[in-house]
Amino acid sequence: MGYRVATGTRSYLFSDLKELMAKATPPRSGDRLAGLAAGSMEEMMAARMALADLPLRTFLHEALIPYEADEVTRLIIDGHDAAAFGPVASLTVGAFRDWLCSEAATTEILAKLAPGITPEMAAAVSKLMRNQDLILVARKCSVVTRFRNTLGLAGRMAVRIQPNHPTDDAAGILASTIDGLSYGCGDAVIGINPASDSTARIAELLRLLDDVIARFDIPTQACILTHVTSSISLIEQGAPVDLVFQSVAGTQAANASFGVTLALLQEGLEAGRSQKRGTVGDNVMYFETGQGAALSANAHHGVDQQTIEARAYAVCRAYQPLLVNTVVGFIGPEYLYDGKQIIRAGLEDHFCGKLMGVPMGCDICYTNHAEADQDDMDTLLTLLGTAGVNFIMGVPGADDVMLNYQSTSFHDQLYIREVLGLRRAPEFEDWLLRMDITDAVGRLSAGQGGQALLAAMQDRAA
Amino acid sequence: MNGSEKPPAAGRFAELARLTPARIALGRSGVSLPMHEVLRFGLAHAQARDAVHAPFRPDDVATALAGLGLETLAVASAARSREDYLRRPDWGRSLSPESLTAVEARQGRFDLALVVADGLSSTAVHQNAAPLVEALLPHLRRQSLSLAPVVIASQARVALGDAAGQALGAGMVLVMIGERPGLSSPDSLGAYLTFAPRTGLTDEARNCISNIRPGGMGFAEAAFRLAWLIDQGFRRSLTGVGLKDESDAALEAGGAGGLIPEG
Repeated sequence: MGYRVATGTRSYLFSDLKELMAKATPPRSGDRLAGLAAGSMEEMMAARMALADLPLRTFLHEALIPYEADEVTRLIIDGHDAAAFGPVASLTVGAFRDWLCSEAATTEILAKLAPGITPEMAAAVSKLMRNQDLILVARKCSVVTRFRNTLGLAGRMAVRIQPNHPTDDAAGILASTIDGLSYGCGDAVIGINPASDSTARIAELLRLLDDVIARFDIPTQACILTHVTSSISLIEQGAPVDLVFQSVAGTQAANASFGVTLALLQEGLEAGRSQKRGTVGDNVMYFETGQGAALSANAHHGVDQQTIEARAYAVCRAYQPLLVNTVVGFIGPEYLYDGKQIIRAGLEDHFCGKLMGVPMGCDICYTNHAEADQDDMDTLLTLLGTAGVNFIMGVPGADDVMLNYQSTSFHDQLYIREVLGLRRAPEFEDWLLRMDITDAVGRLSAGQGGQALLAAMQDRAA
Repeated sequence: MNGSEKPPAAGRFAELARLTPARIALGRSGVSLPMHEVLRFGLAHAQARDAVHAPFRPDDVATALAGLGLETLAVASAARSREDYLRRPDWGRSLSPESLTAVEARQGRFDLALVVADGLSSTAVHQNAAPLVEALLPHLRRQSLSLAPVVIASQARVALGDAAGQALGAGMVLVMIGERPGLSSPDSLGAYLTFAPRTGLTDEARNCISNIRPGGMGFAEAAFRLAWLIDQGFRRSLTGVGLKDESDAALEAGGAGGLIPEG
């Protein structure tokens, strides 16, 4: 069935739900590349008007990607919690937006609602929301997860130390890690993107990080961002794996291009949990996503990239992750062209994930062929800090010398803490104080507390 | 001042800074980066942006390759502007109709076609393409491979080499292309090798060597590894995921002298 809208000057027909969703989407280069974008600004607004009138429950019986053809659709439909959905079941998408913005939608009520929200519902309502709505509502959503510390509490924001090195040199990685800790980073995770895919090399990196965490008794977790099958085999070999990593996307075919299925993710979850390495919780998965991944694998089924991205969060949600990171500007300008599109996408992703009950963080980032720069990252960081993002990246000097892109830095997280008063994970905050790295109010200590960390380096050299 | 060079760090953390090219031990002014670090980052970003947008000079590349005794053929992709190129990867992968005709006119039976493409860094190509070809030629002569005219392609992505190699009638194509520039490496060249090139192939059909530049993988080593892959690719009639780069063993066996073939 189609959707017809009159705008006063002319009428528009949208032949099906996925066309309506795509054309209602704020402009981005990836949807244009896929041939899905609205042909004019007026057509985009016509699509939003039709979408606003659409009953929210439509998404429960009209799949954008067929149930039979896609295991992610099956996960979404079979896993839907009808009781949780009850309070909003009679609303249209537009009325849902009004309700989300209202005082009725409290933190407690939104947490109970989350299992009733499908990714298509979250994506649809986000397309009708301005940036301030995305911030306002996301700020009310609380998603708390635990492994060796507690992440996602109100008024707090964590940081991943990303100590990548072009050749995985152990001393170089350790140097970046110690520098990051001395800036009070690392409560989300100390996570390395390895240059090598050799299992032996990755096992060495795992031991390196495990030694640092054990030596200083740091209440945090380590992760090497390698394929889930590698993590499973490393666990079998007895390597110290805290978190199991995987990149995921919102369709079965896109996940296949990453070499994963839902069954394999379940295996990864069970392998991770079997280690019992968490001290305060057992959220053991770390996922990364990003708009455009499905299109780049030619696996988007004619669905717009933002909706597909929200479907990736349904995949994540099924495995109770500690961290879900949208790597928003990494993929390049053919999907998100400039700072404006990257900023919008970062806010959408964070909102959709949080509404669905996913512990969203964001790699606030860009590549050098995108029309973006550090000013745009400052803007998105300030907006996401305001929206209550669970965690961001800490890349030395914002320059990843292995992956060749720019993210947020150790200094950037100090900035946002100073401006918004955001604190670190409570267990990590206590540790920093014990180490005299920060003072009682969380500012970097005037003393030289971080100097104690240098011992790890000196012992290594000895 | 050079945006990718590191100034000496102060204090005890200075030791750390020597262990990695990452920007650590930067110091701070309150919570903020010190002024000189803001400027150093800004310069590096400017250099990387310029590498993406600097006009490609195919004539200069042709002149350098002619100096090595190579015939060249300049072509363009279907992307007409840099903006088109950045927004439409599909256009950058195909030859313009006029270029396809021009390449087909040179069709023959060649073992190997070399393609030099601007990709995302014309800076990388201007600085590093001719030196890499120069280092590679002695290996190719030793393998007695017949070479098609070298294609110099503007607004091109890696897969344009498939169309060019196929139109030339080449058994294998080697695309040397400017990589996505990083702040610390605006001049990285990538080299992609594809057996039996034809349109529609994807990355799993290729072998890749990246970060070829004076500050990364040197020309002699890159040429040795590529020659090893070319030789093995012809022996096994494939490239890509089925051909693992085991040139390390050959490099070690041959020692440093193995980088430069005799004769």
